[in-house]
Amino acid sequence: MAAAMLTRVRCAVRNVLPASARIWQSSLSGCQQSTMPEPLTVLNDEEQLMRDTVRRFAKEVIEPRVKIMDEASHMDEQLIDALFQQGFMGVEIDHKYGGSGLSFFIANLVIEEIAKVDPSVAACVDVHNTVVNTAINNNATEEQKARFLPKLATEFCGSFCLSEEGSGSDAFAMKTQAVKHGDKYVLNGTKLWISNAEHAGLYVVFANADPSKVPECNILGEVGKGYKYAIETLNEGRIGIASQMNGLTQGALNHVIPYTISRKQFGHSIFDFQSMNHQISKAVIQLEAAKLMTYNAARLKDAGLPFTKEAAMAKYMSSETASWVTSKCIDWMGGLGITKGFQVEKYFRDCKVGTIYEGTSNIQLNTIAKFLRQEYAE
Amino acid sequence: MASLRVLVGCKRVIDYAVKVRVRPDKLGVVTDGVKHSMNPFDEIAIEEAVRLKEKKIAKEIVAVSCGPAKCQETLRTALAMGADRAIHVEIAEKEYEGIGPLQVSKMLAKLAKDEDANLFIVGKQAIDDDCNQTGQMLASYLDWPQATFASEVVVEDGDLKVTREVDGGLETVKVKMPCVITADLRLNEPRYATLPNIMKAKKKPMLKKKPADLGVDMTPHVEVLKVDDPPTREAGVKVESAEELVSKLKDVGCI
Ligand SMILES: Cc1cc2nc3c(=O)[nH]c(=O)nc-3n(C[C@H](O)[C@H](O)[C@H](O)COP(=O)(O)OP(=O)(O)OC[C@H]3O[C@@H](n4cnc5c(N)ncnc54)[C@H](O)[C@@H]3O)c2cc1C
Repeated sequence: MAAAMLTRVRCAVRNVLPASARIWQSSLSGCQQSTMPEPLTVLNDEEQLMRDTVRRFAKEVIEPRVKIMDEASHMDEQLIDALFQQGFMGVEIDHKYGGSGLSFFIANLVIEEIAKVDPSVAACVDVHNTVVNTAINNNATEEQKARFLPKLATEFCGSFCLSEEGSGSDAFAMKTQAVKHGDKYVLNGTKLWISNAEHAGLYVVFANADPSKVPECNILGEVGKGYKYAIETLNEGRIGIASQMNGLTQGALNHVIPYTISRKQFGHSIFDFQSMNHQISKAVIQLEAAKLMTYNAARLKDAGLPFTKEAAMAKYMSSETASWVTSKCIDWMGGLGITKGFQVEKYFRDCKVGTIYEGTSNIQLNTIAKFLRQEYAE
Repeated sequence: MASLRVLVGCKRVIDYAVKVRVRPDKLGVVTDGVKHSMNPFDEIAIEEAVRLKEKKIAKEIVAVSCGPAKCQETLRTALAMGADRAIHVEIAEKEYEGIGPLQVSKMLAKLAKDEDANLFIVGKQAIDDDCNQTGQMLASYLDWPQATFASEVVVEDGDLKVTREVDGGLETVKVKMPCVITADLRLNEPRYATLPNIMKAKKKPMLKKKPADLGVDMTPHVEVLKVDDPPTREAGVKVESAEELVSKLKDVGCI
């Protein structure tokens, strides 16, 4: 299997962020010096500043568009442009390529904050940052990086094309072929379910290639290692999905908890019925646990430590929590919960994909079990 | 052209979205652990300065803030939005409580002279004390012309043509530089600081000063006696008809 990149020039002209001539070095790349580790949820100044910046943008710019985009089933292109201009699409891309040069953890904060307001916009930002940019960053040659990363940081939405009709959980069953014609590879096959595809300017495409052929300039990494690249990329991507799911769950709770406090039945705020507030407390506990697991997985990745099992656990926990909590959120709102007049049903709809893409819940459990089998094997 | 040096005042205030609570001693509002951000009118002022620079009218933008150490966060935002450098006049928390537009405008005036500013833009008022005085006092200390409540600023033959929002509508004035402008809500829509620019802002220079360096007397002239919550609104009543409304209003002595 090989991964190839296809690009097409976007018609829309975007404002390109000024590329700094100075090579900027991330201050976050090293591990912490102190012997006492910080609590997981304590953000350093930089993390806090970035989170607040995204939070404000999400509230003021994304929120007013949520309903309109949902009704039209269409991402607002102007919003995509704005996401690029703000530097949200190249969070980890080095400054020298026009990116924001920040940590993977901050990329996750960006996704989480956006998901609180609109999980669908967060999906676009997530796939772009944690899967497409990562695939290029980890596997491309210097020459390819110089060609693609500036575009990915400032104007090209990216897609990651692995799934096909006959190949979902079983990525090995892929049928798409890359056949060499002169100095080009011709891709033959049909991909399915590809996020961002309608807006993308760059596609990372996985295909079966004849290993005797020589890779050309758009081939990512070594021919024959595509499956490894896909899996490695998705390990990081799963943490991004976990962040999306946690933001989504928090967003739903932010709508519903105030409602349960203001809604009166039997002369009391419905929040004050113990059977209600105990359920709500349990939902908040679940979310806290999911968030801690996700933050830990992201911080492990930034620290250069193994994180595959933790990423699978975080993704499982966060997406299953989102499914359960958003369903309860609808119950807690009663009849209003299922109407489109309130945001909660959108969170309920949006969470469903969390247990499916980048590996279904069963596939996460398989990954975790593989580790357990090894850990306990004699 | 690109010859102007623009100074912009940036005040750190309680964020507009925060529900403000009165302190138990009733001499102020709770600020500890409360989200603060740049006064929204000052964001508009910075944005206007950045646009002047983008139009190559301004050469340099200097953001200034007078107040406690945390004001540096506000200045970082101004730098991330496009200011070139910043000056922080550090005032201890306790001392800061006692001062107002009088002392701040004196400090800003001294900075304007020291920095050889051609234009000083400030917000028309701060959303915490709603004073609406700093810009006007600043102009009088500097003996510069002023154009307050600006909703449009254009450069015309080296002067500034400023549209002002006045009660009856719009007034257009022409002012010679150096001058003071105070920004109104509709002057522009400020940009959001981008993630890369926030990082770059860390490297921009920030000069620290003390009120004493500027020779400003910090003696308070106003004493706060009491801060009260607005009275809580009482529940209303529904009336069936206009007649009933009139009779109820008569009962409570409103008509
Ligand atoms: C909204 C959305 C966006 C997507 N975006 C992308 C994208 O950008 N790029 C991309 O390449 N793909 C994308 N996908 C595809 C996604 O990754 C697949 O849908 C997913 O991997 C599951 O594959 P499948 O749909 O074929 O389901 P199947 O693999 O057919 O699974 C069906 C059921 O069988 C279970 N199952 C299958 N195998 C096993 C097993 N070995 N053990 C236990 N249970 C098993 C699964 O858990 C699931 O419950 C997207 C999907 C959706 C819905």
